[in-house]
Amino acid sequence: MKALTELYAQQFKTTFAMMLQYRAALAIWMIGHVLEPLIYLVVWSTAASSRGGSVGDYSTREFAAYFLTMMLVNHVTYTWIMWEFEYRIRHGSLSAALLRPVHPIHSDIADNVSSKLITLPFMIIIAAGLALLFHPNLSPSPWVFLAAIPVLLLAFAIRFLFEWTLAQAAFWTTRVSAINQIYFVLVLFLSGQIAPLSLFPRSVQIAAEWLPFRWMIGFPVELLLGRIAPVQAMTGVGVQVAWVILGLILLKAVWRRGVRTYSAVGA
Amino acid sequence: MTSPVIHIHNLHKTYVVSERESGILAAVQSLFHRHTKKIAAVDGISFDLAPGEVVGFLGPNGAGKTTTLKMLSGLLHPTEGEVSVLGHVPWKREKLFLRQIALVMGQRNQLIWDIPALDSFELNRAIYRIPTEDYRRLLAELTELLELESVLRKPVRNLSLGERMKCEIAAALLHRPGVVFLDEPTIGLDVTMQRRIRTFIAEYNRRFGATILLTSHYMADVEALCKRVVVIHHGRLLFDGDLAELVQKFTPYKTIAVQLGDCQFDLRSYGDVVSCTDGQFTLRVPKAETARVTERLLADLPVIDLLVEDPPIEEVIERVFAQETA
Repeated sequence: MKALTELYAQQFKTTFAMMLQYRAALAIWMIGHVLEPLIYLVVWSTAASSRGGSVGDYSTREFAAYFLTMMLVNHVTYTWIMWEFEYRIRHGSLSAALLRPVHPIHSDIADNVSSKLITLPFMIIIAAGLALLFHPNLSPSPWVFLAAIPVLLLAFAIRFLFEWTLAQAAFWTTRVSAINQIYFVLVLFLSGQIAPLSLFPRSVQIAAEWLPFRWMIGFPVELLLGRIAPVQAMTGVGVQVAWVILGLILLKAVWRRGVRTYSAVGA
Repeated sequence: MTSPVIHIHNLHKTYVVSERESGILAAVQSLFHRHTKKIAAVDGISFDLAPGEVVGFLGPNGAGKTTTLKMLSGLLHPTEGEVSVLGHVPWKREKLFLRQIALVMGQRNQLIWDIPALDSFELNRAIYRIPTEDYRRLLAELTELLELESVLRKPVRNLSLGERMKCEIAAALLHRPGVVFLDEPTIGLDVTMQRRIRTFIAEYNRRFGATILLTSHYMADVEALCKRVVVIHHGRLLFDGDLAELVQKFTPYKTIAVQLGDCQFDLRSYGDVVSCTDGQFTLRVPKAETARVTERLLADLPVIDLLVEDPPIEEVIERVFAQETA
């Protein structure tokens, strides 16, 4: 345990230094993370105004609250591992990682957390600035903030575990970008990224309940908007925990097979 | 006889590669029926390394050296045969095993590109759980031996190839591995840097009693470091024994390059004339007569320049191979 703490301390120091080197890349990611929800926000607000002030159960100002919160939730939970894994295999850095006596996932966790610690203050400032512009209707009760901590951590864990698992497709195919595209479309629609899930047909909502995507983004957003009752929130956390466990099992199984394939066909 | 640190018996590695003819028709056909071909990269080799040995692992490109090193370090799963390193089966990649070995590949980098090498070293300290005291002491030693002082704090991307290689080697040895696999550690480096790395490898072996298996295309590396060499070609073992014996046995010749300014001379009485371009003759002379022939050349002819060389390592291996098939 002490060794792992020490490893993480050092990993953080290293990735902090790295992330500060990648300032431009981080800034570009951040711009993307601001623009995407901003576009949805403008589109939905306009739609709401033209339909007498609301679409479904969302008013113009509630859309503003939804997408500004989503901006932050998405930023806290995103990973870039699906773009990177193939590169690691092609360029041999995975081999170097496999020679070390620790699982390569630890450095990815450290990378993700440290990049977020660096960029999150900026994202909060940007979101606050946009809030002055769009007047979001946001007044959550204090318990929501408390509940949001575990919910966000679990949401990040689910997204990280599933994307880390999917990224390993690179062990078997060279066309990972096709898989990535399908995944990102599913996330876009079923996580609540493009629109609140309550605006979708009932069948889509049911599907979203049973798939992992909503638990990565939509659920924390709805919680922060005060749209989820305490009991529902408890159940939601239970579902999130279940997805984390399933994600861990999948990741381990895929990793074992992936490494076996890798070491069979030529590392 | 102490038990071997590295034991390889009847080791095989076969790659399955798909292949097709060029052209659209072939591309379409390959959608439905893929032609695959088995390629034996390593085809039944056996050898042992005793503790503290430094062995040169030689062979032309594609001979199966890197594949073997990867099987020894646990990156590749053998198709058939036995491998054991320090009593471990490498491909299981047990932590205890990984903590005791290092694989340094000339063109692969384990250092993080955008930050100083020292930061990567610190990370390795945590990864390998090196006690702080040991780390400091070894880092100081490595810094001195490899003359790293001025490069440790620069971002790795700003280092020259040689500086980077020195840092790679230092990073790989911080946890003081007892078994070290070096794949072309001096490739692309200038002569001074090659010599420094060579001296360092010898010193590391002497000081820590490490067992080292090294591949190199530079005869000088092998001559300076390895008493014993293992030669493979097309995945098969061709020679395993003393370097001196290999050179004696398979290259009883030296090459003399002599610049006379003119190709009109008849040098047949001195040795085999291999070629003459721009007034430079290349002669092949039996090893034992090298000194005598050189003396005669210098005495008899208007020599502008003269150079005595061992045949390149590729040629030695070529001869070993020719011998084997003959």
